[in-house]
Amino acid sequence: MSTTSHNLAAPGTPGRVCGTTGLHVCFDAQRFIKLNAVSGIVFLLLGGIAALLLALTRWQTVHLLPVDWFYRILTFHGLNMLIFWILFFEVAILYFACTTPLNARLYSKKVAWLSFALMLVGALMTDYIILKGQADVMMTSYLPLLAHPVFYLGIILVAVGTLIGVFNFFATLYVAKRDKAYTGSMPIVTFGALAAAIIAVVTLLHGAVVMIPTFTYSMGWTAEPDPIWYRLIWWGLGHQSQQVNVCAMVSVWYLLTHIVLGSRPINEAVCRSAFVLYILFINLASAHHLLVDPAVGATWKIWNTSYAMYLAVLASMVHGFTVPAGVEVAMREKGYTSGIFGWVTALPWKNPAFSGTALSVVIFGFLGGITGVTLGTQQINIIAHNTLRIPGHFHVTVVGGTTLAFMALAYYVIPLIFQRDFIWRGLARVQPWLFGLGITLLAFGMSFAGSMGVSRRSYDIDAQGVYGPAAHLWLGVLGIGGVLAFLSLLIFVVLCVGTLFFGQKIEGRPMADWGTPRALAGTTPGSLAHDHYATKGTMVLTLVFLACFVVYYFANWKALADVWPVR
Amino acid sequence: MSLRPLTAPWFHGPAGHEKIWLGCAILWCFVMSLMMPYWHFRGKQNSTGEAYTVKPADFLARTEKFVAANRVGTYKHPGNALLGEVPVVEPPPGGDAYLIGRMWQWYPALRLRQGETYRIHLSALDLQHGFSLQPLNMNFQAVPGYDHVLTLTPTSKGEFTIVCNEFCGIGHSSMTGKIFVE
Repeated sequence: MSTTSHNLAAPGTPGRVCGTTGLHVCFDAQRFIKLNAVSGIVFLLLGGIAALLLALTRWQTVHLLPVDWFYRILTFHGLNMLIFWILFFEVAILYFACTTPLNARLYSKKVAWLSFALMLVGALMTDYIILKGQADVMMTSYLPLLAHPVFYLGIILVAVGTLIGVFNFFATLYVAKRDKAYTGSMPIVTFGALAAAIIAVVTLLHGAVVMIPTFTYSMGWTAEPDPIWYRLIWWGLGHQSQQVNVCAMVSVWYLLTHIVLGSRPINEAVCRSAFVLYILFINLASAHHLLVDPAVGATWKIWNTSYAMYLAVLASMVHGFTVPAGVEVAMREKGYTSGIFGWVTALPWKNPAFSGTALSVVIFGFLGGITGVTLGTQQINIIAHNTLRIPGHFHVTVVGGTTLAFMALAYYVIPLIFQRDFIWRGLARVQPWLFGLGITLLAFGMSFAGSMGVSRRSYDIDAQGVYGPAAHLWLGVLGIGGVLAFLSLLIFVVLCVGTLFFGQKIEGRPMADWGTPRALAGTTPGSLAHDHYATKGTMVLTLVFLACFVVYYFANWKALADVWPVR
Repeated sequence: MSLRPLTAPWFHGPAGHEKIWLGCAILWCFVMSLMMPYWHFRGKQNSTGEAYTVKPADFLARTEKFVAANRVGTYKHPGNALLGEVPVVEPPPGGDAYLIGRMWQWYPALRLRQGETYRIHLSALDLQHGFSLQPLNMNFQAVPGYDHVLTLTPTSKGEFTIVCNEFCGIGHSSMTGKIFVE
């Protein structure tokens, strides 16, 4: 392998030129993008079916599942959604980001096979033992709760498989540079993927540190690890893995706004610095989950919560500005210049990749970001810890944010990589909107029920005799939102799988256009490259965002001030 | 371009609108990071994480001693067979109280006086449990092996329910306890 060049343009390198973008596609990368993406979507469907059952159980009026199956399916849902679906899809994104944009060939097919096989076997082992009823421990498996050893072994295999895939990514970056596949600096999409990959390594090492001794304990070989130590290190895995998602999602935002609208980062240096902030300061986020724990002190909690002055939050606020700003500049350069928001109304809202991206930005930022920072404030966590407010937060980050962005990406990945045009395109145009609506309702239901003290991971709220009709109403909203989101997820899976079998083949010709705004007559691309005051609309939108943030943040301090004094 | 390598120089400092937004964002992050230390000095609700290691058996023994010395009555959970009866215990004002989380009850029930401050020792005997005081919605973690001390001052009267909000097995959702404030 080392004798052949990893430059895709070199003669004899197995690849093709894309009929839509004119970019080189590596055949090896293409195969593993397909395998990982399809596996991811299968796990998404499994996790989605579980989600429907859970939503219909927490909807107290329906209360579908029996108690043991509720906790079993909850464990299953967490792992399939948060770990398997996301990791498989992220490996696909990494393989794309290190090959096509750099004009490079994937480092190794064998390594990619090994990674894929380990991940798949591990995921199947874990799912099997959960459904067999021998691992009713939730995704977090807090000690002294103990699952069957196969549960931990499966997770370890998935983690090792992912690490091997990440290694393949790094190795490809190296050989691309060595074989001069590209000159200059790597594009922002690859840079964001690199940030995700670096955080993934740190995350998965935490996973190894916590899961291996837990596995040996479950086998009876070693003593029980300390439960607080377990919580600390486990969240080094659990929370940081969400930052991998954030990095991958933000890269997808840059990728899709570029593909659909031709937008570019308004300032490469600032956008890249923001990714570096994620790498440097996200590692401390484990503390979010220990804010009302014993044995970790207040100073430690405060320092780690604010990630040294919230520098990772700053990074998200930077991307939250530069992504819409890039869109605004691109649209104004195309000639859509009327007023402050003329460019917004001219955006291709019927293009599912664009609407998915835009909804992902809004849901992630306005709902996920604001709630996340507020709930992760050390003292405010007292009125939020382990209530439904917590899943209310992370369903709008991971699902409304990351999953929706990945769905949006699929509307281009399937035509460009699988080379088939989507079937039922009208249905596809509705899908992101329905998903966004469902997830938003679900998250509102969870958050408001949580504010009334309803706990997460609880089968029943009637036994305690403390929750009134309002809490029941919000659980109903949760249920309806869950049903809508599931319907949309099902439409997505049917569209994707249906397209793989029945979509029209597009080899050698451009894919069917989802809808992109044309440049008006007399406009030139890049005409606003040096106008730093061209983003009035984005400025207004981000200031509205900041105002919402401030109001929500201080409203929570007020709510905290109303409870009993405690130290 | 976002998808092709950059060949022209790309390192520029922020300018214009971007610079304004960056300034706003940094200022806001600064305010948020100051709020937490500020609240430790001026606010009344803080989690200090004060805790001591303790063997579950020792914690149970301390709790039983506390119950025997300060018991004032019995509480029978209406319609909750899992919980049965628990002693009601009134710690001396300003004194220590012990509270156990175990599958699936909070033991014992506490009677407290409004405006007095108590040191509540919170721990779990078997699995982790979540202390969730309703309808106030105050939440703390109970972990086996750790005596988690909450210095608590009830400021409102009435009957309060402790719900368990950390998953602890099949009976988790029926695990409750009581705090009465007079």
